[in-house]
This record gives sequence, C-alpha cells and structure tokens, in this order.
Amino acid sequence: MSEVIFNKIATLLSSKKGINKELISIEQSFEDLGLDSLDAVELISDLEDEFNVNLPNIELQQIKTIRQAVEGIEKSMQP
Amino acid sequence: MNSRRVVVTGTGIVSPIGSTTKDFWKSVVDCTSGIGPYTSVNPENIRFKNGAEVKDFDPTIHIEKGALDLMDRFAQFAVVAAQQAIKQAGITFTSESAQRTAVICGSSIGGVHAQEQSYYDLYKENKTRVHPLSIPKTMPNSASSNVSMQFGITGPVYTISTACASSNHAIGNAFWLIRSGVCDQALAGGSETPFTFTFLKAWEAIRVVAPDTCRPFSKTRQGMILGEGGAMLFLESLEHAQERGAEILGEIVGFGMTSDASHITKPDQQGAERAMRMALEDGLVVPEQVGYINAHGTGTLVNDSMEVAAIRNVFGKHAEALAISSTKSLHGHALGATSSFEAVATIMALKEGILPPTANFEEKDEACDLDVVPNQSRKKDIQYALSNAFAFGGLNAVLAFKKWEE
Repeated sequence: MSEVIFNKIATLLSSKKGINKELISIEQSFEDLGLDSLDAVELISDLEDEFNVNLPNIELQQIKTIRQAVEGIEKSMQP
Repeated sequence: MNSRRVVVTGTGIVSPIGSTTKDFWKSVVDCTSGIGPYTSVNPENIRFKNGAEVKDFDPTIHIEKGALDLMDRFAQFAVVAAQQAIKQAGITFTSESAQRTAVICGSSIGGVHAQEQSYYDLYKENKTRVHPLSIPKTMPNSASSNVSMQFGITGPVYTISTACASSNHAIGNAFWLIRSGVCDQALAGGSETPFTFTFLKAWEAIRVVAPDTCRPFSKTRQGMILGEGGAMLFLESLEHAQERGAEILGEIVGFGMTSDASHITKPDQQGAERAMRMALEDGLVVPEQVGYINAHGTGTLVNDSMEVAAIRNVFGKHAEALAISSTKSLHGHALGATSSFEAVATIMALKEGILPPTANFEEKDEACDLDVVPNQSRKKDIQYALSNAFAFGGLNAVLAFKKWEE
C-alpha cells in the first residue's frame, strides 16, 4: 500500500506544485521540496480525500517528510 | 502632532461569556469558559464539535424592527455593544459633536449569514432570486454604518478588516484620531459571527481548530476554538471627559502596527516584536512598567511559542516578572472581534487590579515558559498592560493601556 500512497503523493506534487516526479523520493522532507506548512495541509487533505481517511490535526502538523506522510495515511487506513 | 490623552469612558460587549461588561468580567475573574458544543450549525459533517457561541441573544429587545431588518448578526452585535458603551459613557450627541465622533469597527468576514443564505437559495433551493438586502447585510462595513445610523454619528465611519487583528487596528486608529485632534470621541471595537456551515468547513480545512478546547501555552494545546460576538469602547479625549464629568475607566497610551510580509498564515516573530516595541514607544512606556500582556494566545502550536519568544526578546529579563494570559481560552477566538473582547478584559484588569487567567491549562511547555496565570485569576495591581493581536496575513496590532490616574 505504501507504494500506492507514495505514487499518489508524487503525482499530486507534480500536478499541483510543478515538481518533477522523478526527483521526488521517500526520504525527502517537505522543506527539501520547497513546500511550506500550507502546502503540507493541502497535500494531506488531498490524500485524505483519495484514500477516504481522516488524520487528526495534531498528527497532520507533525508530518514533515514524504515518509511520514505515507506512514500517516497508511496508519489511518488500518481498522 | 497634538498630544491629547485618550481615555475610555464606556465599554459594551455581547460575548459567549456574558452580554454586559459586568457579566463578561465576572466570567473572566471566575475563569468560566464559554466553550462547548455549538448548536447553531449542525456539527454532523464537521470534524470539530466545539465553539464559543453567544447564547440567548434576542436582538428584538434592543433594536427596533425597521433597523433590525438591515442587519446581519454581526452588525446586531456591534449595535448592541455600542448601545451599552454609550449608555455607560452617559453621552448624548449634538449635530456638532456627532461630526467630531468616529465609528471604527473591525470585522474579518462581515455578514456571512446573509451570504450563506443567498448561496443556499441559489445552489440548493434553485431559487431564481436572493433577498434584496443581501448586499447591505453582507458588506463588512454594515456594522460601522448601522452603528453610525443608530446614533446619528456623522464623523469618520469605517471598517477595518485585518483578520484576527481587526479590532485592535480599529481601536488603535480611533485612539490616534482622537489624540491627533481629528475627532473628540469615538466608538471603536469589532464584531464577528463565524458560525455558518460553509465557514466552519473552511476552518476545518485549514486544520488549526482544536478537537476539544483551547489550551493556550499548554504543552497539550491542539489549536484554537472559534467564538463570536462584539465589543465596543467609547473613547474620548481626557479634556472632553473631564469637562463633562465622565467616569474614566482606563487610558489608551500607545498603539503599534506592523506587517510580517513573509507568510500568509505562519506568524513571524520579528513582526510581533516590532509591533510590541512600537506600541511601547508610541505610549512612552518602558518595558519594565508593563505588568500584564493580554496575549494573542490562540492555542495553536505555532503562535504561542512564537509569541512567548517575541515577548522574551522585547522585555528581556522583565519577561520573568510580568504576567501574560490568553482570554481566548474563555471567550474563544472571535476573529475580527476577538481583540475588542481582549481590550475590555485588559481595561478591567487594570481598573480592578485582577489578572485574567488562561483557562484549560494542563501542562507547562518549555517553549511557553512564562507566567501565564493558569486556570485562576489573580489579584495584582498593575499600571500598564499590552494587548496583542497577530493576524493571518502577517498583520500585527498591539495596544498599550494604562490604569486610570489623574
């Protein structure tokens, strides 16, 4: 599942923020990619829509990297 | 520049913790919070369920029907608060004095209930027309215009919309108009009513509203809680107040405003520091004279630690000696109205010698390690106080108040 989420993140960042998909890796931080806190809120909100989940605000605010985003969405999908 | 002193001779308020200054102040002193489940909007499809609403507000008691028909809820709050402030000030207007009086109201969003109704009628009900008064009820200057019409005030009348700093900007502008001699007196404050489904969904989306309550400066804080209401101050020159024998409640001595010019939502510490310094310098106040700061204190992770760091930089060692608190933990964050509530709380704190508490405080955060007057008000005489407001958009406005003394 994590690969599906990662690919969705790469697609979203490419289409909405104009970041080259090939340059996005799981280890990067949002800061590395030139994204700020509002960009992060937008990304996570789109992922919530895509995977039909809800992350608590406090968890969302702690997500600073692509890996944390993947893991946060994955965790929220668990029953 | 004329250097007239500017005093407060009336306050009026409609808030989630009391709809007179007396009731509001009692709730502050008793640390009684107005935060709880909101009922004016169906919470079913909204993630956060709590807010701070004004309960049992019946505008028909205060405003005659013809005038009321022109007002959205936020304008009603402003008019009723203005009625109280004028009554307390004991002022009557002549055609000449009305021209030397200003009305400056703060509002971030204006009449959103009328706007929401229009959208609902068109998009949901498929109606072909909306209410003919949708425009006059929605326009953000509706509150200031209706206040001026209620009392026949014909001087400078306008609205300031600077998000969560709107009321401080409004009060600060009125203060400067009187101090410089442009006006003799003014009604200034703000009002706001954010409880509509669309607007609550917008706040849900930006992810800064707490799921439970507002816990400013606490390690366990998770965000802000929305509030509503309105408050107005009656300001006049000291000379004018003394000539007519008015009871003086407090004095405004300084105002500072700055812009971060950096990020649309993330506050910048330097902008906050500069606004506090400017308010102190404008009032000829040295930092060591300040005993209390009514903080912006939204209860968000970012604001509270930024604000404490800014206070430490401005006040140096004296930061350890002064008290700060966030009354948003009691009345919620009423956006464009919030700093009008906080102005009333600060004036009363100076007048009564009681520091307002920070409610809902649970656990000390090393990043917010000042005296935040946790969970209980405290008797302490202070001479000077600041009230901070740092808005989305990076707009900062700080007022400096002084306990009234001849």
